[in-house]
Amino acid sequence: MPGRSTVHLVDDPAWVRWTLTAVALGFLTLFVVAPTVLVFVEGLKRGWQVYVDALTTPEARDAIRLTLITAAIAVPLNTAFGLAAAWWITRFRWKGKTLVVSLIDLPFGVSPVISGMVTVLLFGAPGLLGPWLQAHDIRIVFALPGIVLATIFVTFPFVARELIPFLETQGTEEEEAAHILGAGGWQIFFRVTLPNIKWSLLYGVILCNARAMGEFGAVSVVSGHIRGETNTVPLYVEILYNEYSFAAAFSVASLLVLLAGVTLAAKKLVEWKARDLRRPETGSAP
Amino acid sequence: MTLDRIRKTAVRALAILSGLLLGIPQASAAPTTLLNVSYDPTRELYEDVNSAFAKEWKAKTGEDVTIRASHGGSGKQARAVIDGLEADVVTLALAYDVDAIAKAGLVKAGWEKRLPDRAAPYTSTIVFLVRKGNPKGIKDWPDLAKPGVQVITPNPKTSGGARWNFLAAYGDAVRRTQDDAKAREYVKALFRNVPVLDSGARGSTTTFVERGIGDVLLAWENEAILAVNKLGKDRFDIVVPPVSILAEPPVAVVDRVVERRGTAKVANAYLEFLYSPAGQEIAARNYYRPRLSDVAVRYEKTFPKVKLFTIDEQFGGWQKAQATFFADGGIFDQIYQPGS
Repeated sequence: MPGRSTVHLVDDPAWVRWTLTAVALGFLTLFVVAPTVLVFVEGLKRGWQVYVDALTTPEARDAIRLTLITAAIAVPLNTAFGLAAAWWITRFRWKGKTLVVSLIDLPFGVSPVISGMVTVLLFGAPGLLGPWLQAHDIRIVFALPGIVLATIFVTFPFVARELIPFLETQGTEEEEAAHILGAGGWQIFFRVTLPNIKWSLLYGVILCNARAMGEFGAVSVVSGHIRGETNTVPLYVEILYNEYSFAAAFSVASLLVLLAGVTLAAKKLVEWKARDLRRPETGSAP
Repeated sequence: MTLDRIRKTAVRALAILSGLLLGIPQASAAPTTLLNVSYDPTRELYEDVNSAFAKEWKAKTGEDVTIRASHGGSGKQARAVIDGLEADVVTLALAYDVDAIAKAGLVKAGWEKRLPDRAAPYTSTIVFLVRKGNPKGIKDWPDLAKPGVQVITPNPKTSGGARWNFLAAYGDAVRRTQDDAKAREYVKALFRNVPVLDSGARGSTTTFVERGIGDVLLAWENEAILAVNKLGKDRFDIVVPPVSILAEPPVAVVDRVVERRGTAKVANAYLEFLYSPAGQEIAARNYYRPRLSDVAVRYEKTFPKVKLFTIDEQFGGWQKAQATFFADGGIFDQIYQPGS
């Protein structure tokens, strides 16, 4: 709850508190702060000019464009899917619900490489649909559609996962009231449900986007690594690193770190907005 | 946010999205394109080749051609081509990988006879990259098996380059001792000196160069020269052993793809260009040993004389070498015990 200050739940001896704080801070520094700083230090090692040049080569721009296109397709689709799934799961009672919820979680539990390999197995030339696709001259793997498919698979739990608990705790009273007052299905959805969930929806979208832009493993398998065509930003970072262009690799990597920064800031903003809006409601509740 | 605004935003987002989607095929509907699927360290080489060839093709035929490139581990690239990566030509690290593509029916059998020199327009060999001043005094293959020498080489199970390294070491030992058992003892001692077995050649180079592990890196000659030039002449020396293996990175047209795309003529011309004086010059400039002797003469300083033996004469070809040494339960599995 907002406004509550730190409370000592247990009177631990001072040395325990200090040790735990030191461990937490040490870990944070070692695994989060130091690598983040290092990315920028390495990227800027050869000067600002090299840093900017690395980000503006045609290949870097192609990689950035591909990453943006991929996210622009994968994120809206996953938002629509997440909304529909969360609505369906929390607003109706039916058998097999737990199974569906676990299925939605599956991409969290599976290594992204596997999602890439499954895409290749399904759509690759010797794969299940490969011969048909080739006969009709449709390219899926080693082209944009494959990259988008792999990205969608990896990122599809984010929006649904964010909405399901929210919708569950919110309950169905408001919607029932709207129904009694004569609102139709779509009307209820757009006028009651959507305005209520918009902040957690946005939160899910932000996380989904961050992952979509940063995905490496799944995309690496289906990309084909064609220069200027199928290299996303994370793949391009690896290529630069492998080509001894360390400064350039870290420059481009810093873009991803900046993306993480923006994601965190947006996330904070959304949390803050959401709390701000909800406060009067919770205040007026008995 | 009102309902109206949400709707408007959604419509706008959809418009932008469809614009992006429609924009992609238009952007890539350029004139003729070729896709060259290659292995890791050939980026600079093929950047030069591609622009030179495009110019020559334009002068000869008046047609524009754009060559796209894809780089990765040789085996992984072969796998991608088999899985449907639409390569018009492949330029890989070893014949075994092109054989794999041929086995999948994409390249016609006998591909290695369709171009001169077993379809390898340029060659390389395996050399030693050592720390500046060569503090461990590494001069020849037997030095690698001495106690106290740390050798960096990738895993021959996963890396094409590592297989060349292994066969170079083994081949030299057999030629030296005329005894297979002794050669096995030698490579066993050598691999006991390997502290890290990376999965690819570039990984090993990074281990040696960036992480500073090991006394000697077994590397392709072109990789070694490139590493020295890019990462500091004052930090490393290249030691060329008296005898080494002739590494022949092969090239091939992917018949199935060029037939479908109608690019057979330009794809063949592209590979033939690699054998031309201009192509050979570019190869030599990128530290690959040229086949043409008058180009080779001009680069004598870059490529010291080494006695070179081939896979075919020493091991009876790649298929046989692969089965004997690197298949599961093969000689590599017998001599290498991790962590010992």
